[in-house]
Amino acid sequence: MVLPLLVIIYYAFTNAEGEVTIDNFKAFFTSGNTIGTLIYSFVIAFAVTAVCLLIAYPVSYALAVSKAKYRAVLLMLFIIPMWVNFTLRITAVKEILTFVEGSLAFHPFLNTVIGMCYDFLPFMILPIYTSLEKIDVSLVEAAYDLGATGRETFIKVILPLSVPGIISGMTMVFLPSMTNYVVLDMLYNSTYIMGSLIGSYFSAYDWHNGSMISMVLFAIIVVISMITSRFGESDSDERGALL
Amino acid sequence: MENIIELKNINKSYDGVREVCSNINLEIKKGEFVTLLGPSGCGKSTTLRMIAGFEQPTSGEILLNGESILDLPPNLRPINTVFQRYALFPHLNIYDNIAFGLKLKKLDKNTIKEKVERVLRIVDLEGMEKRPVSTLSGGQQQRIAIARAIVNEPKILLLDEPLGALDLKMRQEMQLELKDMHERLGITFIYVTHDQEEAITMSDKIVVMADGKIQQIGTAEDIYNEPKNVFVADFIGDSNIFNGVMSGKMKVNFLDADFECLDDYPIHSDADVVVRPEDVVVVNDGSGQITGKVDSCIFKGIHYETTVIMGKNEIVLKSTKESKVGDMVNLYIDPDGIHVIPAPKNMNHFEGVITKYHTLNFAGGEITYDVTKLFKGSTHDGKHLFGADGERIHLTDMPITVEIPVEALDMSDDLDESSINGEIISLIYVGDHYRYKVRTENGSDFTIVDEDLWNEFDKVSVLIDSDKINVSVGEKN
Repeated sequence: MVLPLLVIIYYAFTNAEGEVTIDNFKAFFTSGNTIGTLIYSFVIAFAVTAVCLLIAYPVSYALAVSKAKYRAVLLMLFIIPMWVNFTLRITAVKEILTFVEGSLAFHPFLNTVIGMCYDFLPFMILPIYTSLEKIDVSLVEAAYDLGATGRETFIKVILPLSVPGIISGMTMVFLPSMTNYVVLDMLYNSTYIMGSLIGSYFSAYDWHNGSMISMVLFAIIVVISMITSRFGESDSDERGALL
Repeated sequence: MENIIELKNINKSYDGVREVCSNINLEIKKGEFVTLLGPSGCGKSTTLRMIAGFEQPTSGEILLNGESILDLPPNLRPINTVFQRYALFPHLNIYDNIAFGLKLKKLDKNTIKEKVERVLRIVDLEGMEKRPVSTLSGGQQQRIAIARAIVNEPKILLLDEPLGALDLKMRQEMQLELKDMHERLGITFIYVTHDQEEAITMSDKIVVMADGKIQQIGTAEDIYNEPKNVFVADFIGDSNIFNGVMSGKMKVNFLDADFECLDDYPIHSDADVVVRPEDVVVVNDGSGQITGKVDSCIFKGIHYETTVIMGKNEIVLKSTKESKVGDMVNLYIDPDGIHVIPAPKNMNHFEGVITKYHTLNFAGGEITYDVTKLFKGSTHDGKHLFGADGERIHLTDMPITVEIPVEALDMSDDLDESSINGEIISLIYVGDHYRYKVRTENGSDFTIVDEDLWNEFDKVSVLIDSDKINVSVGEKN
């Protein structure tokens, strides 16, 4: 498990002549192009996560309160697309978007977000649904009983108790959307995202810079994971199962 | 004193077929401690949930201080609930759990703080405001749940088996504390439990429920001393139950002997006889009514529990004196210790129709029957029925009434043996046999007697000896 990582670390801190150096990193953080890509990746990942959350929460809520009979069917509707190859799915989205918009070139950013949301939505729905479904009905009844209206019950009981699910979902959507370049490649025709930057370095056999960028991303991911795990500390056991 | 809450003709069914609660009528006075007591599935929790507002009755009326509260959602009813498994909010600490209702009422911070501190003193957990609820023991969580409910100063406090999850010692302590709290607070308590001892210890009034119906309402003493039916007798305290028959004026015959009793019912009418074990006395001077052989004698701490066998029957008695196993003993039962409950003859009545295959369809199944018995002088050629005059009689869909005496019924655990299947919903030991109630899938009840012991909720098929049943054409009037 760790060995490939060590190789990447080795490459990240060496140059083409095999000398140990941090020039790779220096180059990354001083180049407007690479920094721009990093920021752009962030923007896309944020947008995708936000949109996914806005769609997934109501859907998960509906799933959690739906009758057991229909629940399995509804859940399958969201899971079945995941069984189809990822690239095929994006190709299908591409076809639909081209049909609707006429040409993909009109809304490149929007298309990318739509494509990624479509791809990652189940990863947001499942953890939120799981955390909502776990909430003991008697807690909701207790809130009503103590005088809370439906809205107050949602804000004071249901929402806080589903926070662990929200955090898992956000982590599971945010991180892959930072690095996913297939979607961007197919819906945007751009290399403005971290994943594709890495890909371009590797396809040009520049393993040192490729590894360096991977390390930068790795560091970012570690930081984000640490922040989110602190958030969901009270319920860390169930998060462990999802991450 | 006036009634704080009244339940009038409450019926509740989920699918329109099975009634969870039927015809519940209950009046509760201000400040009373009322316990709904019954086995699981008797409708007691549903009744409580209807008062709280989590369930709506299918029909009937719930009045609070004389006004209907059926249109009020739970959050607007001046009623608070202590839930079975406490239902404390895991994301809030003790203070915020208790203050939950007060904050919703938008009280100012200092008032909330004062009130929370006061109830924490009442439940004996002062100074624990900042602790998360997950660090508390079961008993402490229970107290917090009670504190969270009473801090809102409800008119009525509902408690749904609140002590069920605690161990015995804790439960006994909490019983006394709850009773004490009830006296100090002056709030009306409605308490749900399946534990008869709990009900007897705490309540002013006990409502015994079974099968969705109220069986008896009264004080603990009333219910123990004068049970209205065998279910109540069997459920509250230990009892010997026998099949009896009135053998004279204020005389009842059971265990093959005549006994004086205090109840006056028509001669020859059938009755169930309930005798409490402590009312059976061993006498040495031959003045007893019955004699039997001691089968076992077990020391129970403050008394001996002795089982005496006579013929196929056995009777259990409690005595401070030990009896030797194998000895013949003479037993005396005082008229005051004999409770006679009139029991309608054990006949099962059903309404059904004749199918096109000339079988009888009732109680959710079909049985074969010699349909020529229905019309005098009729003949059957295997396909059609012809009357005495040779005219064909059309039987299909003809309504019928079926009467089945208990002797014609038997049970089998092979569900394919009969098309009438059901579940045992209650059983009572009656002297030398068990009396079962079997409910079929369509909600019909059969009373069946059997010497063998079956379990509650066993799935059985009902076997009917069609020679012993009585079928008549037309619906019963």
